Amino acid sequence: MPLITDAHLESPDDFYEALIAAHEGLAEDESHALNARLVLLLANHIGALDVLREALDAARPDQ
Amino acid sequence: MPVDYQALTFDYAPHADQQAARPVRRPVVIVGAGPVGLALAIDLAQRGVPVVVLDNDHRLSTGSRAICFAKRTLEIFDRLGCGDRMVAKGVSWNVGKVFLRDAQVYRFDLLPDAGHERPAFINLQQYYVEGYLAERAQELALVDLRWRNEVVDTQPQDDHVTLTIDTPDGQYRLEADHVVACDGSRSAVRRHLGLESKGRVFRDRFLIADVRMTHEAPAERWFWFDPAFHPNQSVLLHRQPDGVWRIDFQLGWDADPEEEKKPGKIIPRVKALLAHSAMKDAEFTLEWASVYTFSCQRMARFRHGRVLFAGDAAHGVSPFGARGANSGVQDADNLGWKLAAVLRGHAPDALLDTYAREREAAADENIRHSTRATDFITPKSAASRLFRDAVLSLARTQPFARTLVNSGRLSAPTTLHGSSLNTPDSHAFAGTMVPGAAAADAPVTRADGRDGWLLKQLGDGFSALVGADGELERVLQGLAVPGFPLSVLAIAPAGTRAGDALVDRDGAIARRYDLQPGTGVLLRPDGHVCARWRAPTPERVQAAMRRALALPDGALPCP
Repeated sequence: MPLITDAHLESPDDFYEALIAAHEGLAEDESHALNARLVLLLANHIGALDVLREALDAARPDQ
Repeated sequence: MPVDYQALTFDYAPHADQQAARPVRRPVVIVGAGPVGLALAIDLAQRGVPVVVLDNDHRLSTGSRAICFAKRTLEIFDRLGCGDRMVAKGVSWNVGKVFLRDAQVYRFDLLPDAGHERPAFINLQQYYVEGYLAERAQELALVDLRWRNEVVDTQPQDDHVTLTIDTPDGQYRLEADHVVACDGSRSAVRRHLGLESKGRVFRDRFLIADVRMTHEAPAERWFWFDPAFHPNQSVLLHRQPDGVWRIDFQLGWDADPEEEKKPGKIIPRVKALLAHSAMKDAEFTLEWASVYTFSCQRMARFRHGRVLFAGDAAHGVSPFGARGANSGVQDADNLGWKLAAVLRGHAPDALLDTYAREREAAADENIRHSTRATDFITPKSAASRLFRDAVLSLARTQPFARTLVNSGRLSAPTTLHGSSLNTPDSHAFAGTMVPGAAAADAPVTRADGRDGWLLKQLGDGFSALVGADGELERVLQGLAVPGFPLSVLAIAPAGTRAGDALVDRDGAIARRYDLQPGTGVLLRPDGHVCARWRAPTPERVQAAMRRALALPDGALPCP
């Protein structure tokens, strides 16, 4: 199954608000740590290595 | 009075070869009497090949060095006739625990499935391993072990290799049909040939402290990330025989190796660890210490004509995962039967190329695992450190994250996927015993009614595990290829009794090999699966054995 890049979020604005809220009150290093934990949790949820590799490629700044 | 293997010295004895008017020709000369060279020498001698072993020293390893010997290595030592001594002396263990600061985040059992004679690992000081191998080698008339014989030059010729050797009585030259360099990470033979072992050097330093103390604790591997007693670094604790404990402290790249080796520096580190454990009042003495760095590297090719490289001479890894000495012994295991077959003219020279290809692939696998563990233990960038710490903090509560914690993926035998010696499957099979896999052990009841182990029943040549059906084992009896007989092991299901068959006492053979009545699994002389069938015929088995010897169908090489 390829990486889904079409709109797939149930409620985009609610998600975005929750994402920003999750970082509220955190210092920069704590925010980075939260993001890292988030990536790992979501990666485990996806599971499929080929999808994750596609996502890693898509996220690189030179893409 | 027990032998003090650390103090043991082996006498130099002049050999008639040193006085010969012309250099004497020997079929195999092994350079280096470490675990790899000695294992290979024993294997060759057991196969009837005379072998000379040259060592530049006359002692066993200084300090405990490699201490973790894996199940597969022990099974190889069993075949070499010294497994029982190793296991009797060693500390057996299967369980590892990983701690973050003071809390356990992960526990693994390397042998969760019962039904193997040998444990996942034993811890045993390298000098015992070398000592037991040396004593075994000395029992064999075909092993000519020459201490204080330092190879100072290696000259490959068209049909042999000439070695120049320094001894206390001066220099002499020796010719060899084949030379096997088992002379360690700073291999002299490799240097003589102008070859290199290349890879990544890691910018980190580690202190090994072996301390002797009387304390009862479970035989487990304990690994700490960022413990309170050694902040921001990792620590590894392991129990060895004789009340010796191995403690491995990560120091960082900026540590001064000379300073860190001083007892005045080491003792407070050990005391800090003990103070944080159940051992807080234990009295200890410092046995041996070493500060080391490491690299993950290998030679581009393990075969250069008549010179073959094995063990650390050919490849190097970080210590996390115990993949150094264990993979070296697997090299020896892979090479012994092949070299014996080629020397006798039973297989073409190309069989030696498969040693190189199979073990180069194994080295890549070991380096990959070792590099990943090292990158986890010593993150190389801010992002790498960020994710490492994220994994560790999640591991406390999230089971998935525990699988990402990497304190070393411990040595397991390499499956030789894609080897040209394998006969590809023509039927579907379940389980991990694919062509190329090292045969898994299993409990059996022997024909004499006694309990035993599958691997102990294998022959010196090829072996066929056959799901007993009364007919198949009979038609395969008596098959052979030049130099190697076929041992046919009929396997009967648990709860049955069938003449000469081995009884699959717990059903482990059926499960591990997907062995059904009429199934055949062919094992090479080194115990790797090389073919399997649902309906084997003598012709197919014969062809698979020839393929495993790199023999062209229907033609024998000229000796």
